[in-house]
Parts: sequence; C-alpha cells; structure tokens
Amino acid sequence: MSERASIVDVQQVEKRFEGAGATTVALQGINLTIGSREFVSLIGPSGCGKSTLLRLVADLTAPSAGQITINGKTAPRARMDRDYGMVFQAPVLFDWRTIDENVQLPLEVMGVPRAARRKRSVEMLSLVELSEFSRHHPWQLSGGMQQRAAIARALAFEPKLLLMDEPFGALDEMTRERMNDELLRIWERTGTTVVFVTHSIPEAVFLSSSVVVMSARPGRITHTIEIDLPRPRTDATRETEQYFSLITQVREALRAGQGPIAPEAAL
Amino acid sequence: MTDRLRQYLPAIAVFVGGIVMWELVVRGLSIQRFLLPPPTDIAATLIEQWPRLSQAGINTLIEAIGGFAIGLAAGVVVALATVRFAFARGALMPFAIAANAVPIVAFAPIMNNWFGVTSPVSKMMIVAVLVFFPVMINTVRGLLSAEPAALEMMRSYAASEVQTFRKVRVPAALPFFFTALKVGATLSLIGAIVGEYFGGSNLVLGRVIVESASFLRFSEAWAAIVIVSAMGIGFYLVILGIERLVMPWHASVRSTAP
Repeated sequence: MSERASIVDVQQVEKRFEGAGATTVALQGINLTIGSREFVSLIGPSGCGKSTLLRLVADLTAPSAGQITINGKTAPRARMDRDYGMVFQAPVLFDWRTIDENVQLPLEVMGVPRAARRKRSVEMLSLVELSEFSRHHPWQLSGGMQQRAAIARALAFEPKLLLMDEPFGALDEMTRERMNDELLRIWERTGTTVVFVTHSIPEAVFLSSSVVVMSARPGRITHTIEIDLPRPRTDATRETEQYFSLITQVREALRAGQGPIAPEAAL
Repeated sequence: MTDRLRQYLPAIAVFVGGIVMWELVVRGLSIQRFLLPPPTDIAATLIEQWPRLSQAGINTLIEAIGGFAIGLAAGVVVALATVRFAFARGALMPFAIAANAVPIVAFAPIMNNWFGVTSPVSKMMIVAVLVFFPVMINTVRGLLSAEPAALEMMRSYAASEVQTFRKVRVPAALPFFFTALKVGATLSLIGAIVGEYFGGSNLVLGRVIVESASFLRFSEAWAAIVIVSAMGIGFYLVILGIERLVMPWHASVRSTAP
C-alpha cells in the first residue's frame, strides 16, 4: 500500500469465535499493510469484522491464526509499549474527572510527572479546541465535544498510531462533518497513522488515503481503493466530481462484496 | 440559599401542619392520652426526662454506630475478596443473597445469649449482620459495574490491575457504596432498638420504650421514639453530606448549572 515503512502489518489473520456448539468465523485470510502517516478506513456491512480487526491490532483480543506486527513488534508487545492510542465509539470519559483530568489519565497510568502531564493536557486540549472547557466535567459537554476530548486523551502520549472504532457513529451528520474536518487537521499536524473503522461511505472517502472494503460471513477484505483527492480537503472537496465518483466506487465495491442475495432471502 | 428555602418550604409546611393537626385532633376529639398523647405532652416529657432519655439515646447510638462500623468493614472486605477472586464470587454470592432474605432480627435473642444480654456488643453484632449484607452486595455490584469499554481502554494503556481498580472500579462503585451506607444507617438504628427489645441495659432507648409502655407511660415511649427517629434521620443526613463531599460529580448530587 505504501513504499514507506509499515506501521501495521497483518498477515493471514483469522479470528473464530467459539460459541455453544457452533463456531463463527469472524475474519478469514486477512492481509493488510499500513504505512507510516497513512489514513486507512475499514468499511463494510455490520458483522464483517471491521471492529474485530481493529481490536486485534490493539491486542484487545487475540487472533485464532496469523500474525500481526506493529512497529515491528507483536501486538501484545506494542500494547505494553503504548504504541497506539485508541478512540472508541463512546467517548468513555469518566464523570468523576474534569476534561483536563480525563486527558491526563493515560499519562497518569504511564507515570508521567504532574507538571509534564498538565503541560501536555493544555497542548492537547488546545489542539482539539477545548481549552476553555478543561475544568468542565464530561456531562457538561455536547456529544461532539466529548468525542474531541476522547481524541485529545488518545493523542496525549503522542502515539505513532491512532486506532478509531466508529468514533463519530453516534453524532448527527452536521457534527460528523465538522469532526471529520477537525480530525484531518489534527492528523496533518501530528503526523499520526490512523486506522479508522466506519460504516459511512462519505466519511471514509473524505478522510482516507485508502479505503479497505470488507464483506461479511466470513469477514474478509474484498477491495482496497486508493483515495487520491488532493489535500488539504475542505468543504469544497465534498462538492467535487472526483469525490462523488470515489463514493460511487466504494459503494459498488461494497455491493460486489455482498455477492448475490442469499437464496432464502430471494424467495 | 433562598432557592434552597423555597425547595424545602412545602416539606416544612407539611411537617408543621401535621404536628398542629395531631394536637388539634387529639384535643378536639378528646382521644385518651394512652392511645395517642398530643405533641405538647411528648415535648414536655422530652424536656422533663432529658437527662435520662439523652443518655439512653447516646447508649443506643453507640451500639448502632459500633455495629455499623463492624458490618461496614466486614462487608467491604468480603466484597473485595469476592471481586478479586472469581471462585469466591461463585462460592459466596448465592449464600449472601439467600442469607439476605433471612429476617436477621430473628437472631436477636441468640446474639443476646452469645454476647451477653446487657452488653452493648450483642446489639452491635445484630446491627453488624444487618448492615453487612447491603454493604457487601452493593459494593460487589459497584466494583463490577465499570463499563467494559472503560476496562478495555485501561487495557489499551497497559494499565496494571491495581491502577484499573483505583482509577476505574472504585470510583464507579462509589454511588452503589453510598446507597448501601444510607440503607445501613437506617438499618443500624432498627437493629439496635430491636435487639434491646429482647433485653439489655436499662439505659437504652429500646428498654425505655418497652418499659414505659408496659407502665402505660406512653408520652415517655413517644419521647423515646422521637429521639430514635431524630438519630436515624441525623445519621442518614451525615452520610448524605459525606456522599456529596466525596462525589460531587455524581448525577444525584451535581448542580444543574455548569
């Protein structure tokens, strides 16, 4: 996918869930290489295992077969070394902490001294434009602001890799577009590599350097579409021919991945 | 502050109105005093008997608070063990839940037998057993209530088990814990009084109520009940105050204005 050094390398990965008597194959034959400073979106129908793939990279669950390498290390090693920051669908901010204290949480866990923690939190909150809300508690912020705080927290320890699991899925369309603009600005400023799970085609196209299309049962990668829209991308980008044609391309890839409609549904 | 006053005004009005009604009904209908003494009689007895009643109140309160402390400590320790060791959870929780359904005050005479009828320890043990279950069960629930996503997030930071416990599980458990403490505060006075009904030193409120009632001194029994109620409400309010200090962030406490 890129001639630059690979940050994430997934080789022949399979993930099975052993249920009561039945085994579900969530992911099969997954190969994925993500280079430094890339912005890669994983998109697919629900149940295609895109979130599972992200969780495998994060070592929140272990693969049934295959190999995952992050910065040249195994996934568990990379997690222990805090090589990545993660943003979940829910902001997961703690009500008992102010926004500032929430952003400092990973730094506390890592034993960063208080003064350095404070300084870092101020920088991060200014990056996501929440400086004036640092003393607020999460419940006093809107959904979009909460998710921005979660991004600030994930970036607080300057990870090279940012893993995002449908971070804007719960937001309305307008807020989501604004968050997408912000995320690109942050990505360009920090030089982080991003793996972004979404089910929104326009979001994936607008943000990514490439879109990885997945299909369900078993979850596998069917297409990889390079997004060569010029950067910086702005509101104007959303109105270009090229943007629409890429959206169509991703949509058709998704449809092709679904294959013919299952016989029982056709009846 | 005037907002506060306005908020409580209806409750205060109902309270005062209730007392006045009570007085008027008892006097107006000439209800016999041993059936229901008027509030002024109870107040007069309270003042007259204050040295004895207040001392009895203190003795009962010591039993209640002592038992509360024992039950609280035991409940928290067992809860921690239960959460830390999954096998303890499987082995203990069904019994804890079953035992919680047993009317524990039924054991009061047995506790009196074990620890001495006149000893405050026997009452403390009844109170401790009563307080133990809500504290234990709620603390376990609270410690296990942390969102899975929050635990995964801590895992993604490679946080140690101790860090996850201190920074996620304990704060998440606090609302449950304080709910248990509020229940326990009320239960502790009930436990102490019921224990005393089955025998105890003469200078405790439970004995005062039993004895004054048997000698038809009902305004004295009512005066003792007023003291127990006041202590119960006071204990509850103290816990409520601590709760507000410890977790000003919680939804039940937080102010509406940001």
